[in-house]
Amino acid sequence: MPHLVIEKLSADYGATPVLIDVDLAVERGEIVAIIGPSGSGKSTLLRVLTGLLKPRAGHVHVAGTEVNYASAEALRKVRDRFAIVFQQFNLFQNMTALRNVTIAPTIVKKRNAAEVEREARELLTKVGLAHRIDAYPDEMSGGQQQRVAIARALALKPDILLLDEVTSALDPELVAEVLDTIRLLAQDGMTMLIVSHEMAFVREVASKVVFMADGRVVEVGPPAQIFDAPETTRCADFVRRILRH
Amino acid sequence: MAYTLQFGQVTPYLGYLAGGAWLALQLAAIGFVVGWAIGLVCAAILHYGPWLPRKIVRAYVVFFLNTPLLVQIFFIYFALPDWGIVLSSFQAVVIGMSLNAGAYLTEIQRAGFNSIRREEIEAAETLGFSRLQSIRHVIVPHICKVLFPPLSNQYIILTMTTSIAAIFGVEELTGRTYNINAQTFRALEIFSIAALYYVALTLVASAALYSIGRYFFRIKGKVF
Amino acid sequence: MAALLEEAPRFFGYYNMLFLGQAFAFTALLSLVGCGGGFVFGFGLAVLRSERIVRFAPLRWVATVYVELFRRIPFLVKLMVIFFAFQLAGFDVSGFVVAATTVALSASAFSAENVRAGLEAVHKNQWDAAEAMNMGGLTALRRVILPQAWRIIIPPSMTYSVGLVKSTSIVSQIGVFELTYAAKILNQKGFSAGICFGTILLLYFALCYPLNLMAARLESKLAPSRH
Repeated sequence: MPHLVIEKLSADYGATPVLIDVDLAVERGEIVAIIGPSGSGKSTLLRVLTGLLKPRAGHVHVAGTEVNYASAEALRKVRDRFAIVFQQFNLFQNMTALRNVTIAPTIVKKRNAAEVEREARELLTKVGLAHRIDAYPDEMSGGQQQRVAIARALALKPDILLLDEVTSALDPELVAEVLDTIRLLAQDGMTMLIVSHEMAFVREVASKVVFMADGRVVEVGPPAQIFDAPETTRCADFVRRILRH
Repeated sequence: MAYTLQFGQVTPYLGYLAGGAWLALQLAAIGFVVGWAIGLVCAAILHYGPWLPRKIVRAYVVFFLNTPLLVQIFFIYFALPDWGIVLSSFQAVVIGMSLNAGAYLTEIQRAGFNSIRREEIEAAETLGFSRLQSIRHVIVPHICKVLFPPLSNQYIILTMTTSIAAIFGVEELTGRTYNINAQTFRALEIFSIAALYYVALTLVASAALYSIGRYFFRIKGKVF
Repeated sequence: MAALLEEAPRFFGYYNMLFLGQAFAFTALLSLVGCGGGFVFGFGLAVLRSERIVRFAPLRWVATVYVELFRRIPFLVKLMVIFFAFQLAGFDVSGFVVAATTVALSASAFSAENVRAGLEAVHKNQWDAAEAMNMGGLTALRRVILPQAWRIIIPPSMTYSVGLVKSTSIVSQIGVFELTYAAKILNQKGFSAGICFGTILLLYFALCYPLNLMAARLESKLAPSRH
């Protein structure tokens, strides 16, 4: 059984359906990229998985157990499984890089502070920020902030890492350093669901690409299929338009 | 007859004047603390309250922000006795200043509530923070940082505002200046010295608040 | 309450209305002259403090000291200093001139701060670009910087002007005829404090509220777009 199984997942914003009958399976250690035009429901899917938006219908299984989005208590368990990194970093502005990484493990999971700090230092070193451990978010570049955000997500030891357009808010010259960090995680065998506009990167790291439009999954396949020989016309149109740049 | 400045005659009063400065600081502190509490409650009502209390708070704030403090205190001191509320001049001044400060501090703190960033709370939520944890570790520190500079400004403005108390016979810095003038008739000298006292008071307060803001909230800009 | 209703027809008679109308006009005029003069003066001070325009540092320091001093002295104390300064220097001027001078000096210190903040909000590469085109400091200010800065300067200046309109009530202390002084006179003539001060509170409100509203409107309208 795949590590993550999504079945007939649907969600609404008010009365507007934004996610309709989404099916998706992700193997352990697999990297799945989600692409599609804006408003297609890519980010919404990640928001639903992490419990920021309640699903209306459908099921999500992680490692064979069903994820329950019904209660606040259950949501805490959801967040042990999924960690998310946002487009706008959303670091806590009043905390240093180190504190941003250590706060959730210490106050939410009540783990030993010294041990958490040691791990946090390792994580920050791994994302190449050993020298910025005591810097505050407003003292760092966008690329550095985003790498702290990735370290913060990893500190929770999630089963699955969700990356929501993590390079979209960055200046072009800073994109590479964040993508390098993600490549590093891929080598470690992290299971990842990536929403991205970096098509070359998606093609390189993803084992599977999901094309979404209007809240539905339109086509799923390996990168070679999606980018070189898409089966649906919508996907073909989108890929042609985006690859022309 | 030419007037020559003679500061020698007023120097014996410098200590007496310093006592007035101390009372001015106390008045400002009372007005600020009471006004801050009023402002916090009113801002909370504006943000979370039902329709009618919101309208009442709105009316209070708009009225006090658009009328002079001096006339507000005149009204409290001279008109309220007609309705059976008799206050000493000191009480009238403190109540007027507090209500007036409350209106300003409502506006400031409302802006603080509005500045809470939804994204940061969402981030806390996805990291598994409970509601209380996210209030304590994310929302409150953020609000403190955002509110510190305007609250500091308001405190310094309030320090200067206390001089109005002199009009009601309160012997704070300006009140004592009037007293000294009545005894020495060296008006220009003593009022200039009082002015310098206020400059010193607010400069010290600005410097202290600047250091506090820098040390605790990493605020780089100057206050007032 | 009944007493208030009883004296209302007498209070709101023709002569009292004329009297309060004049007082209202004086408060408005005092505010206008004071704030207008103060803004012009304050604008000059802000320009004097600009490194881009004034290369001679001591001149900038003088302007800075003036601003820091005057914004840290309470209105009432400033009023007394100016009142006695005029008197003792032998200038026989009317109370209105003393009052207008005080309002103007207060306004100048705060306007200088507002204008400076506005000028500093314009990115410094705008000055560089102007200089690269051989514009002098004042030309750059007029042609390049001010057209961008005025939208940042105007709203807080208006808000501050409302504060000064309210401060003008203090000039009643030196016997200048305006709203607060008029209310005191009516009160001494036997009308209740409630109706006298209550009425002028409303008149001040009528003056300040539209100004504040306009400042808020301007602020949201002139706010530079984020992208």
